[in-house]
Amino acid sequence: MAIFLNKDSKVIVQGMTGATGMKHTKLMLGDGTNIVGGVNPRKAGTNVDIDGTEIPVFGTVAEAMEKTGANVSVLFVPPAFSKAAVVEAIDAEIPLAVVITEGIAVHDSAAFWAYAKAKGNKTRIIGPNCPGLITPGQSNAGIIPGDITKPGRIGLVSKSGTLTYQMMYELRDIGFSSAVGIGGDPVIGTTHIDALEAFEADPDTDLIVMIGEIGGDAEERAADFIKANVTKPVVGYVAGFTAPEGKTMGHAGAIVSGSSGTAQAKKEALEAAGVKVGKTPTETAKLARELLAG
Amino acid sequence: MDLFEYQARDLFAKHGVPVLAGEVIDTPEAAREATERLGGKSVVKAQVKVGGRGKAGGVKLAATPDEAVARATDILGMDIKGHTVHKVMIAETAPEIAEEYYVSYLLDRTNRTFLAMASVAGGMDIEEVAATTPEKLAKIPVDSNEGVTKEKAQEIVAAAQFPAEVADKVADVLVTLWETFVAEDALLVEVNPLAKVASGDVIALDGKVSLDANAEFRQPEHEALEDKAAANPLEAAAKAKGLNYVKLDGEVGIIGNGAGLVMSTLDVVAYAGEAHGNVKPANFLDIGGGASAEVMANGLEIILGDPDVKSVFVNVFGGITACDEVANGIVQALELLKSKGEDVNKPLVVRLDGNNAELGRKILSDANHPLVQRVDTMDGAADKAAELAAAK
Repeated sequence: MAIFLNKDSKVIVQGMTGATGMKHTKLMLGDGTNIVGGVNPRKAGTNVDIDGTEIPVFGTVAEAMEKTGANVSVLFVPPAFSKAAVVEAIDAEIPLAVVITEGIAVHDSAAFWAYAKAKGNKTRIIGPNCPGLITPGQSNAGIIPGDITKPGRIGLVSKSGTLTYQMMYELRDIGFSSAVGIGGDPVIGTTHIDALEAFEADPDTDLIVMIGEIGGDAEERAADFIKANVTKPVVGYVAGFTAPEGKTMGHAGAIVSGSSGTAQAKKEALEAAGVKVGKTPTETAKLARELLAG
Repeated sequence: MDLFEYQARDLFAKHGVPVLAGEVIDTPEAAREATERLGGKSVVKAQVKVGGRGKAGGVKLAATPDEAVARATDILGMDIKGHTVHKVMIAETAPEIAEEYYVSYLLDRTNRTFLAMASVAGGMDIEEVAATTPEKLAKIPVDSNEGVTKEKAQEIVAAAQFPAEVADKVADVLVTLWETFVAEDALLVEVNPLAKVASGDVIALDGKVSLDANAEFRQPEHEALEDKAAANPLEAAAKAKGLNYVKLDGEVGIIGNGAGLVMSTLDVVAYAGEAHGNVKPANFLDIGGGASAEVMANGLEIILGDPDVKSVFVNVFGGITACDEVANGIVQALELLKSKGEDVNKPLVVRLDGNNAELGRKILSDANHPLVQRVDTMDGAADKAAELAAAK
């Protein structure tokens, strides 16, 4: 089962022919991902050979979908062209668009999100500025290393890429149903709540690990959602307790403004919703282990 | 990036938002000519990126050019809430003010949309208005793709209950202010107060603008708006090298890969520090994916150049990046710094985990650098780095 992505997912890559796109297309193939095509209007009609696998390049997302039945697009398009690429994916009504690109202007991400909404949200957007998602043993759509862990019954949703990897590594012996990196930008498509809702409904997930960081109020809202809707055990971690006010910590969205967005407030909200929150990633993994052991 | 008032004023003027004449100066004597150009009287306004400067004595009226020089002398160098005044704006004196309003556009993260905020109770701290009389602050979502047309502006004006006689003029300001917001890739544009003057006109008397750093690729003019003088020298040096660095006030230098992991590393070091004389992280530094020897050397150079740093914690989780490459990067970086004549004398605690961690650890062990210690868990390494910093 897993969420959003499985062995039947047919994946295309927008920006496949660039250096980053090529590198990660190769890695995704290595993880068993069914990559059915790339999109680049200037190279349409050609094939790209990736370690002996011939991947056709199409002119548009719509054409790739029509010819291959693709239902997932992973985007490695530079920031200046990302808005147009996401809008193209939305217009083609591809069910899932995973935007890996870092550094997209907020006016662009706000515009493609508003556009997706106006079009009835037929395309689930994950990201931008995210590592994508993986369903271990089945499919990998993004840049999460496929060999950290094995299939298992923990669901993971995280704002941060490397903390996702760290947590998967800590719990590698137990394994994951799916791990979703939702990204650290101020405007993102899929939220903690969307992933929590999907994991709650996923029969292959027994426990959910949720990783947050400073900035915004997504964690607080997720806490409200958990209280009202999630019956599975949830373990949380929040990064950024030592971040000073007004300084952006790497991610465009990771900034404490006044009294809002602090790690302490997020931790308290999660704990009030019954979520066990770890002080460090290692302690968080230990809490997950204890809960699974009953 | 938050702008000074005079920079906000310039951007407003560029996009047709009505403002008063003004120019920025940094010496008292320059206030004389500037005031003469404005007809002999002016308002001398401290340029600081903090609110409440009026109450702090940072805004003064000058009835003559001589008085402007005297006021500028008083204000330049003044400390306002920890901000030293290096520049003042010599502004045209406002005509008689009848009423003060508030208008702004900003990102509403929660709803993933832009928001217009407007109030007829302007001139004071808008957060206070929002807290004490929320009914006086209208909040209207603005669709990014539809923007603020005259019709949308009229909707905002109606929601905020602006008086009929200024409704049309405020709506015009809202349209031009939206143009400023979009054209400049701003995260916030705020006019407070938007004043209705005796003639019936509305004028932006003070404003705030915050710009999106991610939009720099299409906003080449924004670089000139940076306040380079105020930047921490280590932060400026890191930026010049393309490093994502924030100076903090502790003693343990931090290098890691990935924003979330580095943020987490700061926290883990601070916890560990509680048992070691309360030492704290000295910085945030994310070297991102890859972590070549050159990037590692650049990062180490910045951190070793920070006199506050007593020990360094390199915390890397190899995802796509292989730990053996990172380990080679660290070894080469130390050699590179030594060959450049840098004084490398602070202990480094290195934790490598993930992809090819065993190989990476072996490289560090084989190199046997006297300053480098390997600890293989994040919590353990943080503890060791804190202990070393406390011992210095």
